[in-house]
Parts: sequence; structure tokens; C-alpha cells
Amino acid sequence: MIDVNTFIGAYPWRQLPGTEPSDLLAAMDRAGIAEAWVSHLPSLFWKDPSAGNAALFELATRERRLHGVSAIHPGLPHWEEDMVEARARRAVAVRCDPGLLGLSPVGAETIALLRRAGELRLPVLSAVRLEDGRGRHPLDAAPELPAWAVRAWLRSSPLTRVVITHADRGFIEEVHWGSTPEEAARVWWDLSWIWGPPEDDLRHLLAAIGAGRFLFGSGQPLRIPEVPSARLDLLDLSAEDRAAITRRNALALIGQ
Amino acid sequence: MLIDVHAHFYHDRSGRAGWEALNDSRLAAGERIGITWHVASVLGSWGLTSPTYFPSPPDLQYGNGWLERLARQHPRRIRGYVTVNPNHTEDALQRIARGQQAGMVGLKLAASRRADDPLLDPLCEAAGRHHFPVLHHVWQHRRREWPGQEASDAVELCRLAARHPTVHFILAHIGGGGDWGHSLRAVRPQANVLIDLSGSGADGGMLEQTLRAVGVERLLWGADVTLCTGWAKLRYLERLLTAEDLSLVRAGNAVRIFPEGAFA
Repeated sequence: MIDVNTFIGAYPWRQLPGTEPSDLLAAMDRAGIAEAWVSHLPSLFWKDPSAGNAALFELATRERRLHGVSAIHPGLPHWEEDMVEARARRAVAVRCDPGLLGLSPVGAETIALLRRAGELRLPVLSAVRLEDGRGRHPLDAAPELPAWAVRAWLRSSPLTRVVITHADRGFIEEVHWGSTPEEAARVWWDLSWIWGPPEDDLRHLLAAIGAGRFLFGSGQPLRIPEVPSARLDLLDLSAEDRAAITRRNALALIGQ
Repeated sequence: MLIDVHAHFYHDRSGRAGWEALNDSRLAAGERIGITWHVASVLGSWGLTSPTYFPSPPDLQYGNGWLERLARQHPRRIRGYVTVNPNHTEDALQRIARGQQAGMVGLKLAASRRADDPLLDPLCEAAGRHHFPVLHHVWQHRRREWPGQEASDAVELCRLAARHPTVHFILAHIGGGGDWGHSLRAVRPQANVLIDLSGSGADGGMLEQTLRAVGVERLLWGADVTLCTGWAKLRYLERLLTAEDLSLVRAGNAVRIFPEGAFA
């Protein structure tokens, strides 16, 4: 399995266990996860999030199971160079979380990043949220990523491809059915925020949208990595669909 | 044995389309997970004819009666809480007495009245007489009023629990939204408050901190409306706890606080 939604490093809003790469690897072993796409959690809150990318590049060089997701701030001077470096250093994706950067999700900077990433054939990963809004720190007021922004992203360029994590059923349906089939084929969703039974949101989405749009993602260590596996184990998935969600879709996304 | 202390079912007069499918899905998922007992409540009409958290007496009568019948249809799988609205004291007391006679095993208090309000006292006394634990809906750190409910947090629940030291209280869904760390600080010294692990939240560190705060003897497994996160937390605990301690969370603690023979 490939977990496309993992982090290393500390979280500013609460104590978080297991923030070291070795902790992540141990958790992956426990949950049966072979490889992970990794973001550098603290730098998502820094004025220049790209400052955390060096640690990811170094980590990915040292540990073949972990693949870096470079954070880019498109409002900073020469941000395009960070994109080129991400490509050169074999980042599997770049990430931009406009709410954490104080940027409009459909502002010129964000749209420019999406277009440039498309030209470089890099997927753009973004989180709707990192935590349940009801439990956030009182000073953690960053806006969540809205569904209308993702629709706009998909319309920004035919080359743009996005991975959205921590989205629930309503969000996913709003984007999917609010996009053309061609646009909807360029967005992938992780499992971290999609409910299983008895609401059966994941079962419904897989039937309505298809397994090709979904990726195995946990959000660990912000969330325990056992959740997406439990969700899949509560479905009667074909081996083919399960393989697509847990591995093949992620590999296809990065051209492997 | 595996006991889900926080389950819900829906009925034909509830505000949920596809209510039968929801119930079937819970039972089917429960079979896959290995749930031996679903201890469930029905919150009136679930919003159809009175608000979910402020259910009317007629809706409570229908919902509780429907759950009693469901439990009789599944005598080896389903047990029920009596749900009441504390604003209607006499009705609530009658409902508890009737529910006990009909085989219900606990009292469900949602969010019709703040947990530390004196109106809850006669209901908790009645629960104590029947050896019912009280499952109380809790907002983990309520910083303000929330629409649609008169929500309580752990501090308010502990005030109630302190007034009824022989009654067991279950703080609902530690993973159900809000600041669970605040709840853990509040419940730590209140020994008659147990924590149910249900809720969609499965935050990293939550289970470890819950164990440190209250110990394994005060943890109850539950799922509420997300059996997937419930199962994930159970899998996580399988790695964290000894087999003996895990059995307490799975069922042993529940067997201890519910009426004798409730799960026989």
C-alpha cells in the first residue's frame, strides 16, 4: 500500500506523537503500508514553507520507502525555482495549502502555481483541513479549502492534476458533479475523511465515481493510520479495485 | 465479546431517508467487526417531528418503543438505552421505569438540558435505582452555545457525576468533535465517569492520552455513527494493550457498569 497523506515533524497546535521519520516507518510497518508520500508538517505553517523541503529531499534519498511532497508558496519571489527543484529532486508532488499561507485559493498566485505544476507534470496536493474544525486551537483560524476553489483549479489548465486530502463526501460530490468528466478525471481523493458504515459514504462514492479517483491516505500522525484500512476492510471490494486504491492509482499519478 | 456502548438505530418515523439501509449497514458491519452487542439509543424522531436534541414526549415514546421491539427482534445482538428529555421530569421518570421493565439497560441523556442542571438529578437517582449507566452526549470543550442543542462538556458532566457518586456516567464520543484534551483533564479525578471511544475523530495521541488520564478500567469501546473509525481505534488498541487490558475495553468494563445479566 502507498499512503499519500503522511507527515513528519511537529504540529504547532498540539503535542503530536510519532513525528520522526523512524516513527512514521514503524507506524507504516504496523499498518501494512509499504511506501508513503511525506509532507513536512511544521513548514506548512512557516512564512516560507519551502524551507522544510531540504529535509524531505534528504529523507527521500536516505529512505527509499518515503517520497517527498514539496511545499511551495506561490506568493514568494522566485517560487518557480522551488518547483523546478522539486522536479529535479524527484518529489512525487508539490503541495500548496492556500489557507495556511494567507492566500486566496483562487488568487493569481495560486492559479499560477497550478498551471506551472501542470506544465512540469507535477500533481498538486492540498488538504481541505488538517483537523476537525470543532477541535482546533482557538488561534488556528486558517480557512478550510472550499470545494468551489477545487472546481476552479481543475478549470485553470487542462494539464493541472490535483490530489485533495481530508475531503468528505459532500465536498467530493460537489467537485465531481460540478466538473466536466475531463476535469473530474484530473482530481484524486484520499480516504482519510470519508465515512464508512452505517452512513456508507465511501461505498456510495466508489459506486458513483469509481475506484480510479481514490487514493489510500491516512493523515498520520495527525490521525492513526489504521483508519483507511478499516474503511476498505468494511467493503466488499474486488481485488482489482482495492489494488487501484491502495497502490496503482498513486503509481499512475506519478507516471510509474 | 465486543460491546459497542454507543450505537444508534433509526425507524420509520425518523428524519432519515433510507433508515432501514442504515440499520442493516450497522448490523452487517458489526458482524464483520465482531460486535457482540450494540447498545443503542433512538433520539425521538431524529428531527422529523421534534428536534433531535429536544425530542418531544410523543417522539420519545415512539422511538423508545421502537427500540424495545428491535431489541426483542435481536435478543442476542441489541440492547437499548432509554432516551428522555429532562425538561419533562414526570414523563422522563415514567419512561425510565417503563424501559427498565421492558428490558432496557441504560439511560441516554443527549442535549436537552445542561448536564449540571438540577433537573437531571431525579433522573440520575432513578438510573441509580435500576443500576443503569448514564450515557451523556458531550461536546468536548464547549466554548460557546451551539445551535440545535443545549450541549454540555466534561466539566459540566463531572458536576453531575459528583452529585451521584454511585451512578456510572459515560462521557460520550471522546472522538466526536471538540477538544478531547480538555475533557481528559476534567474527568481524570471523577472516578464514576467512564469514556467511550466513539466518534469520527481518530487523532494521533488521543488513545494514549486517554489511557494515561483515566486508566484502562474507565475506557469503553464504541463507534457511534462511524464504525470504521471505531474499528480502527480497536485495531490500534490491540497493539497498545495487553490481551487482558484489551478485554476490559472490548467488554469487561461495560459488563461491570451495566445491570447484571445485561449481556447474558
